[in-house]
Amino acid sequence: MKLFDYARAGRPEEAVRMVAARTTGTFVAGGTDLLNLMKDGAQTHDLVVDVSRLPLTGIEESGGRLRIGAMATMADVALHPVVRRRLPVMSQALLQSASPQIRNMASIGGNLLQRTRCGYFRSPGFACNKREPGSGCAALEGRNRGHAVLGGSDHCIAVHPSDLAVALRALDATVHTLGPDGPRSIGIAGFHRAPGTTPHRENALRHGELVTAVEVPLPAPGVRSRYLKVRDRASFEFALVSAAAVVRMDGRTVREVALAFGGVAPLPWRSAEAEAALRGRALTDTTIGEAGEALVGRARPRGENAFKVELVRRALRDVLDRLGRQR
Amino acid sequence: MSEPSQHAAEDSGPGRRSVLKAGGVSAAAVMMPLAPGGAAHAAPGPSAAPRAAADIALRVNGETHRVAVEARVTLLDALRERLRLTGTKKGCDRGECGACTVLVDGRRVKSCLTLAVMQEDREITTVEGVARGERLHPVQEAFVARDAFQCGFCTPGQIMSAVACVEEGHTGSRDEIREWMSGNLCRCGCYPNIVDAVRDAAREVRR
Repeated sequence: MKLFDYARAGRPEEAVRMVAARTTGTFVAGGTDLLNLMKDGAQTHDLVVDVSRLPLTGIEESGGRLRIGAMATMADVALHPVVRRRLPVMSQALLQSASPQIRNMASIGGNLLQRTRCGYFRSPGFACNKREPGSGCAALEGRNRGHAVLGGSDHCIAVHPSDLAVALRALDATVHTLGPDGPRSIGIAGFHRAPGTTPHRENALRHGELVTAVEVPLPAPGVRSRYLKVRDRASFEFALVSAAAVVRMDGRTVREVALAFGGVAPLPWRSAEAEAALRGRALTDTTIGEAGEALVGRARPRGENAFKVELVRRALRDVLDRLGRQR
Repeated sequence: MSEPSQHAAEDSGPGRRSVLKAGGVSAAAVMMPLAPGGAAHAAPGPSAAPRAAADIALRVNGETHRVAVEARVTLLDALRERLRLTGTKKGCDRGECGACTVLVDGRRVKSCLTLAVMQEDREITTVEGVARGERLHPVQEAFVARDAFQCGFCTPGQIMSAVACVEEGHTGSRDEIREWMSGNLCRCGCYPNIVDAVRDAAREVRR
């Protein structure tokens, strides 16, 4: 790692002020992604402001919503009783992420901001529009088995690595922030960005803006949710594809449904098309098949990743089958 | 002989930092004393001005060590290169292998993925700190009894992770142990014996 200045912030406002004042300043909470990015030279910072000791670790239920401080660790949130009982999709997504050690370190806010595992992005020397805008994308014609089949562009097909973000997308969470201009709230739907022609801009945050909390509406009684992750190893591996499903059934009929997918797109991928194929209909082999068709209708596989188109349909079938059978 | 380095050294007095920069060898930085005047300041607390190095207190295995470190020094490098606690191993230095696992305030973490300055005043436990005098920790005894290693390089990290795994109670079945020990890789493939050792240790601790 190159030399950088370090400061520990006592208050969120102070952290924001310090980072905003330096063009290449950044926050560190858990450090589990940032340190690797700096070691690999994928990111350089001349200032790192430690926000890990800010009093933003609380997890509180109020008014039918769960507010999770951005500095709460993945482990704390995954094992929180309300999360386990009311938000199984979120608990499962977190417990299938990373390793026990990393879950003890990594923060909820940082989890949403972790950067792609695309090997070209993490290896300076290769063309990467995300790391060095305008340099090209080595993955388009390169090793792209792990890359996006949905939502990519000719500038970037790297996938977003967070499992939590996929669950939060299905749960319609809200991200609370504090920036140089004060606090604001950003719906999770508008938080992560598709790459388009600017893959280096991955989210709605401005420079110096700090995630302070994530708020999740608690599902009504009768709502079931589940996360399925498919990967090359049984544990401690990023998703090839993943599926988060939140449904409310009335007998065999789907009353409400939210479906989000990971490993297939540069951002957590919500599929309104797949949801529409199920809403108000019975959960059967046929309707699940139609939802899968709708999900991948606009898929654009590259050289090595066509298998994901089929795999994500099977993941959807599996997660819905299990939810449909669940009592 | 490298002329640019010589010039850099002359230009900036003592010049250690400049030579280091010119060489671009960050791994060596932890071995170097800090440039004069750059270190002996108070530790960064709330509202401290940003700086590239700090004089911090690291509490390791019950002892407090004052150590001057650059901000970029990981906890792992501080433990090994500054405190000479070389039981904690550097494998991948990317959080993937688990050889650097230590406990911070009782929770297992990867010491390669955190900065030493971030862990100031935390209670750090390394593999050197789990035995009670001459008496091994039950996890250590179980690793010996079950022959849960071959080359031994991953073992300190496995042991620290296992100590936490047992403490957390994630030892209900072989599958549960495998899942909750998945952050520690063993290139020799001693996983079956490691799982046996963790089960034995869990029983011993519960007795």
